[in-house]
Parts: sequence; structure tokens; C-alpha cells
Amino acid sequence: MEVSRHWRLQTQRYSLVGETCDTCGVKLFPPRDVCLECEAPAKELYTFTGVGEIFSYTTIYEAPAGFEHTTPYMIALIKLEEGPLVTAQLTDVDQEEVYVGMPVEMVTRKLRTEGEEGVIIYGYKFRPAVETAVQ
Amino acid sequence: MTNVSIIGVGQTKVKEHWDTSLRHLAWYAIEAALDDAHTTDIDAVFVGNMLGGELSKQNHLGALVADFAGLRGVEAIRIEAADASGGAAFRQAVLAVESGLVQTALVVGVEKMTEEMGAPATAALSTALDADYETIHGLTLAGMGALLMRRYMHEYGVDVSDFAGFSVNAHANGALNPLAMYRNRLKPERFAAAPQVAEPVSLFDMAPGGDGAAAVIVTRHERALDMVPQPVRVAGSALATDTLALHDRKDVLWLAAAERSAKQAMIQAGISPEDVDLFELHDSFTVMAALSLEACGFAARGEGWRLARDGEIGRNGRIPVSTFGGLKARGNPAGATGVYQIVEVALQLRGQAGDCQVPDARIGMAQNLGGSGATAVTHILRVD
Repeated sequence: MEVSRHWRLQTQRYSLVGETCDTCGVKLFPPRDVCLECEAPAKELYTFTGVGEIFSYTTIYEAPAGFEHTTPYMIALIKLEEGPLVTAQLTDVDQEEVYVGMPVEMVTRKLRTEGEEGVIIYGYKFRPAVETAVQ
Repeated sequence: MTNVSIIGVGQTKVKEHWDTSLRHLAWYAIEAALDDAHTTDIDAVFVGNMLGGELSKQNHLGALVADFAGLRGVEAIRIEAADASGGAAFRQAVLAVESGLVQTALVVGVEKMTEEMGAPATAALSTALDADYETIHGLTLAGMGALLMRRYMHEYGVDVSDFAGFSVNAHANGALNPLAMYRNRLKPERFAAAPQVAEPVSLFDMAPGGDGAAAVIVTRHERALDMVPQPVRVAGSALATDTLALHDRKDVLWLAAAERSAKQAMIQAGISPEDVDLFELHDSFTVMAALSLEACGFAARGEGWRLARDGEIGRNGRIPVSTFGGLKARGNPAGATGVYQIVEVALQLRGQAGDCQVPDARIGMAQNLGGSGATAVTHILRVD
């Protein structure tokens, strides 16, 4: 069981809480306390909107342990509207519909389970932005 | 230029060594290197290994390997930097000898990958990535390669088939290397039809994991001259780092650590890319080969794939790569790979590469990358 490892990341996983740099204003996700851009301390919390577009994507056929029963699944690099890239699974979408530049939004989903007795790990995934889906 | 030279090399075939343990594999490579150097006088051992703990349930490899190789008592330590472990271990040996504190150092890269197969093995390899922000989402090394490849195709307007030349070249050279894992040639038209691992990365883009060990012995150059007829000088040695996760990089399609380590090594060696006679690069995925050529100055940004398409990476081309098959055909025994690269460059420079020989090779470069290129180790070897 890896309860504390996942518990300590809950605000990031459930709410996309990152950080902002006081010095240059760059937004950081995942949070890392030191700005990627100017290397100044960046500890002020910032909640991302969860809106972005697909920067790159793949469909995984050979999965690691813990994911072997969910293949094939899609993983993307998402370019958030505030700037950073985030790695996450795509959900609620057919493989053929996905393209670089596709507008997407964050949703909360089950990431994986750790067997019958273990914790169920929830977190962010991304789906096609709702206004796009309606069109 | 460092004051360090290679006096012995050894390697095992890369394959599924079902009947051979981690410690035995290491010993076979060490035995060959000791024979090659005609010495047993070793002052320090550096073991490059990525997955001993994950797959063989065996850490503490420094002491284990030293003891098993008949070097009990000698200073020994394991170096881990994902699939750059081998290159990083060689770098530590170079530093140790260059410092003057160690007279003769032995490096052995060893990996026993087939203790587990399928999903557990894929999970073990994925520990090269960022556990909290990549692997928790189910990302694998192949998935990482696929995210790079898709973006590369998008930005530079190339197709999957444009990467075929890297694998075709690797297999053409691997076919001539008796120690290679795969000795079959690859037909270019078969490339795009290969089974997908992580789309667009297919089985023919991705280097296969295998068991193997390679060893190198280094000592001070003036001593090397008295010991062996053909010492191979370490002209440049550099290790650089980058973010583990692709998503933390400002420029995803630029291997900043590969560039930094290559530049530093070339400055030490006093050479530029056009002086390099052959380049053992880290073709864990075809896109990594393209990005490495670009980062090291052999091709402009976005143009690395053209070298493969235009036949410039063959043994008689402008910049021969993967001359013994590379990771793709020789096989990729993760933490041992970087030491295989050093052995191969040394054999080329000694003129002992057999059918894989690059004509008149005097300056060779090896670059070992960890995971997404978060660790990059570049070495330049030369003979006079």
C-alpha cells in the first residue's frame, strides 16, 4: 500500500493546484517551489482552470503493471491555457478523433487501483472540451 | 584531453540468457576485459546497472560483483542513471583515474532484464520516468518516445516511414555483429506495418531489451602505453542533466542535456562534429536517434531524420551510427548499454571491429541517454 504517497498529492490530483512565481509570474504545474523560468522561489499556490489543448498524444498498447487491464489507453501532453504542459490520460474520446491542437478540459477520474484491498487512486484526466463536443 | 586510456574491453552477446545470472553475466564480461588488458591489477570497480533491485531483487551490486570477479576487498560501487547507467559508470571510472586517487579502474555494465517479462518488466523500465507525474498516469518509456515522435512529426511535417532508415541501418550492421541480439535485416517497406507498442512507436522503432554485460578497464595514459599495444585515449568525457519529465521542458523537441554534454566533451577533445568518424548514439527509439544527431550538431534542428533517409549514417556515410547494430539490433540491456557503446567505439578505433569496421576510424563518440534524455553522457575516444 502506498497511501501517503498519493494522499500528499491530493490537491494537485483533484484540483490541479500548482504554483505561481512571484518574480516573473510564470505558472507552474506540477508545483516545484523553484521557478523553471527564472529559478526564483515560487511557492504561491495557483489553481489552474483545467482548460488547454493537446500538444502530443499516444495510444499505449504495452502497459506497465497496474494498467495492463485497461489497454489500449491514450496519454497526452496537454498545453494548459496558463502555459505549462501536463501529462495525463485522455478520456471520453475515440482514438480517431484526437489531433494535435484539440481543445480539452480536465475531469476527475479513477487513475488506477491497487488490488481488492488497496487504495483507489483518483486524479485528473482530460476530455474534449464540452463546447467542442456540442458543435 | 584526459590522461585516461582504455587498456581492455569485454562483452557478452545480448540475448535472453535464461541460464545465466546477473553476477555470472558481469563476470563473463569482466573476465574478457581482464584477458584483453593482460592484467588482474584493479583498484576500483564501477558497476553500471539500472534494474537489479527491480527485476533480480538484488541491489548492492558493487560488493557482489567485485567479490564474484575475484576482486574481493577492492573499492566497488554501483552507479544508477536509468539506461544511462553504463555511460555514467564509465564517466566515474574516468574521473577516478584522472584524479590520481585510483590507478586502474574497471567498469562493468550489466543488466538481467528477462527475470520478469511483460507488464512487470515494463513497469520496472518506467521507473526512469517521473513516478508522481508521469508513470501514475500509465506512461511507459515507449509512451514517452511516442509523445516525442508524434510532436516531431507534427512540427516538422514528417511521416512514420521517414524514421525507417535508423532501424534499417541498425539491423544491417547488427547482421554483421555476432554478439548482436537481432541479426536479421529489416526491409524498409515492413517498417510502417510493425505492431504498435505505443502509437506511433512500433516494435521496429523501439530497441528491444535483453540480458548482457560489457566491461572496460582504464588506467593513466603513460601506464597504458607500457601495458598494451593500442591504448584508446579518452579525449572527452561529460555528463549533463535535464528534467525527468517531458512536460517540464520549455522546448520538448530539444535534448538540452545531450547538447550540453556533447559540447563539453568536444571542447575537451578539441574537435567539432565533422571530426567524428563514428557515433554510437542512443537509438532507444528512432526519434531519439534523430534528436541526438540534432543536439550534438550533426544535423540542423528538425533535420536529423534526413541523415537516415539519405544514407549518411551507414558505415561508409558521412556520420556512421549504430555500427554494431546500436540499441535497436545489438539490443538494449538498459544499464549495460552505455558500456557496450564504449567497447564498440574502442574496437572500431583499434581496427578490431571485424565486418562492422568503419574504414580509417580514429575519433569515435558515444552518447548514452537516460529515459527522456534527462541524463546524457558523452564520451569521445581517439587513437593517434
